[in-house]
Amino acid sequence: MNAPASAPSPYSSALGKSNIESHTLSVLVDNEPGVLARVVGLFSGRGYNIESLTVAEVAHGEQLSRITIVTTGTPEVIEQISHQLERIVPIHKVTDLTVFGKSIQRELAMVKVRGKGENRVEAMRLADAFRAKVIDATTESFVFELTGRPDKIDDFVELMRPLGLVEVSRTGVAAISRGPDPI
Amino acid sequence: MSKQMTGAEMIVEALKDQGVDTIFGYPGGAVLPIYDAIFQQNYVRHVLVRHEQGAAHAAEGYARSTGKVGVLLVTSGPGATNAVTGLTDALLDSIPLVCITGQVPTHLIGSDAFQECDTVGITRSCTKHNYLVKRIEDLPRILHEAFYVAARGRPGPVVIDIPKDVQFATGTYTPPRGVQHKTYQPKVKGDLEKIKQAVALMAAAKKPVFYTGGGVINSGPQASMLLRELVKLTGFPITSTLMGLGAYPAPDPQWLGMLGMHGSYEANNAMHDCDLMIAVGARFDDRITGRLDAFSPGSKKIHIDIDPSSINKNVAVDLGIVGDCAHVLEDLVRLWRANAVHPDKKALDAWWGQIESWRKRNSFAYKPSKETIKPQYAVQRLYELTKNRNTYITTEVGQHQMWAAQHYHFKEPNRWMTSGGLGTMGYGLPAAVGVQMAHPDALVIDIAGEASILMNIQEMTTAVQFRLPVKIFILNNEYMGMVRQWQELLHGGRYSHSYSESLPDFVKLAEAYGAHGIRCSDPADLDRAIQEMIDSPKAVIFDCVVDKAENCLPMIPSGKAHNEMILPDFDADLGAVIDDKGKMLV
Ligand SMILES: Cc1ncc(C[n+]2csc(CCOP(=O)(O)OP(=O)(O)O)c2C)c(N)n1
Ligand SMILES: [Mg+2]
Repeated sequence: MNAPASAPSPYSSALGKSNIESHTLSVLVDNEPGVLARVVGLFSGRGYNIESLTVAEVAHGEQLSRITIVTTGTPEVIEQISHQLERIVPIHKVTDLTVFGKSIQRELAMVKVRGKGENRVEAMRLADAFRAKVIDATTESFVFELTGRPDKIDDFVELMRPLGLVEVSRTGVAAISRGPDPI
Repeated sequence: MSKQMTGAEMIVEALKDQGVDTIFGYPGGAVLPIYDAIFQQNYVRHVLVRHEQGAAHAAEGYARSTGKVGVLLVTSGPGATNAVTGLTDALLDSIPLVCITGQVPTHLIGSDAFQECDTVGITRSCTKHNYLVKRIEDLPRILHEAFYVAARGRPGPVVIDIPKDVQFATGTYTPPRGVQHKTYQPKVKGDLEKIKQAVALMAAAKKPVFYTGGGVINSGPQASMLLRELVKLTGFPITSTLMGLGAYPAPDPQWLGMLGMHGSYEANNAMHDCDLMIAVGARFDDRITGRLDAFSPGSKKIHIDIDPSSINKNVAVDLGIVGDCAHVLEDLVRLWRANAVHPDKKALDAWWGQIESWRKRNSFAYKPSKETIKPQYAVQRLYELTKNRNTYITTEVGQHQMWAAQHYHFKEPNRWMTSGGLGTMGYGLPAAVGVQMAHPDALVIDIAGEASILMNIQEMTTAVQFRLPVKIFILNNEYMGMVRQWQELLHGGRYSHSYSESLPDFVKLAEAYGAHGIRCSDPADLDRAIQEMIDSPKAVIFDCVVDKAENCLPMIPSGKAHNEMILPDFDADLGAVIDDKGKMLV
């Protein structure tokens, strides 16, 4: 494609021009084989973004799972994504938690840091400030466990980088609405 | 009554209970038990196609011409993969199908067994839903659910992949009895508040237009009746997509003809200049909208659709109403009557004046010829000679398809079967087989191109075996005409691989199949030849030798707006019309 970047495609929708936002979608599905593949296939097939995706069974007896997806796009694209998800037959309900009202998002991360001397002490001090737990230690390394909003985890990881960050494993976001009512 | 039976027997029993009298299929190792069950009953007729793609298109033709769910049965591996094009076609045109595929026995799944393929994986993105049945206990429920999902809401194809051991296993069959899906319950009634708002918008409109699509056909004949009533009540003009032809009778003066890339000048200009667009069961496809940022810039838009994801997908609308066309149209008609709405007569008259001036451009015109048959003329004569019969038309894909849409005029829904969304060459002949199976006494004609017809020509054998007198009317221009036209427009007339080399002698080909062959190249002889085709009790291949260089006009060149059409009297350089940006589009 050699069209100048500024020129919109003649078929580009007038819809796609406002700001990109990040939304958290909570999707309740029948826990049946292939349902995750349907969801993921929808995103790849239609060119939508997945920033984070988590899935686990939430009601064992009823065979229900919750998929939490963090995605980015214009509000119009995100509305499309919700509607496209609703078309998938074994999906019960799609809620855009970002639109729905106040919601809580949490992620768990395990962060491995390697270092000695002053760096090691500093890593410990920061971990304390972030309320991270040490879940593995050697004389030259720590593994921290940290739960929080994704941006808090981002911050922690950035701080560990100069102190000997080795690797990070994150769960992706789980989310729920505030208040007494279900999503 | 619950009964003990094998999985294979359950399949046939469920077909019976779902009212399926005809299925299209092709046997193989992984479906032998089902074929054995079919052999031992005589309720469900099985039509042996000659390629599984043909089974899918035949089932589509059957479904689209009857309003019922079409059913096909294919074996594992190559049987399933051959059906994929037809499933995708049905998905894009929202045709209800149930496709039963055989699968290797459950204990072999994942072992790359002979004729194993990941059918549910392959068909996940080309079906509305699919199932792999691993336990006999689940089979009856899934069979009934598949019909429910295929037909409800926005219709589409559903695959049921059944391993061979499940076909042999014995279990308890339960009849459909009030199938309800626990998650899938589409909304059919429109929101009454919104429908009231729609009536208010319509009452105030000065330049309104109805833009209707395949959703009206899918909604059933009642939707077409209600549409006619509403159009008459309001006095508004109406146009429709390729998929929506027949919902409104083409001979009526309020009909503007098809819209879109090869639609009429009056339809496209009315869409561009209207102040209120009422979209009913249409999906703002790129073949309809042309350049999106110049699409109907001054109008308010109402969009009625059963699929919430169709609303605001390509075009932002002012009022989206989720619901089944027939239900929403019924409410619109009722409220319009109850409120005794009187639209702005003066404004409407002026709008009709404008539309009539566009209509005078006669945008489907062509230069007649005494020497060669013009393809448009051929379709016109075909229409004149068949319009008073019980006729169904299918098409292949290309210029001939557009000429058929422009010059064959439909008065009823379900009479026109064409591959709109996927644009599948090879659709028309198998679809005609499906239509003729459902309507044995009707005149079923596939308006074809010489290139497309070769893609599923093997289905001639099916037609002959089942004594189906389908008529294949080939507009033979010796080119993949639509490709040639685009090469003329976009690629300096370099006709790369679009000439139909080494064509068979279609008359001899017909005879080889045991059908009747006719060739005609003389405009003066055309009527007689068409009559011969109609009168033949056999399947016919009609080789209609037409002008090779004819372009399909009018046309909205890619990347242009509705009011930038090329008309048939255009005499400048066609190759200069489309700019670089437009060339990138399809
Ligand atoms: C399966 C498939 N392959 C390729 C195409 C691309 N294509 C669209 S129209 C066309 C030419 C069709 O030629 P013909 O059947 O002779 O029809 P004509 O345009 O000449 O009327 C082709 C190749 C297609 N639509 N479908
Ligand atoms: Mg041709």
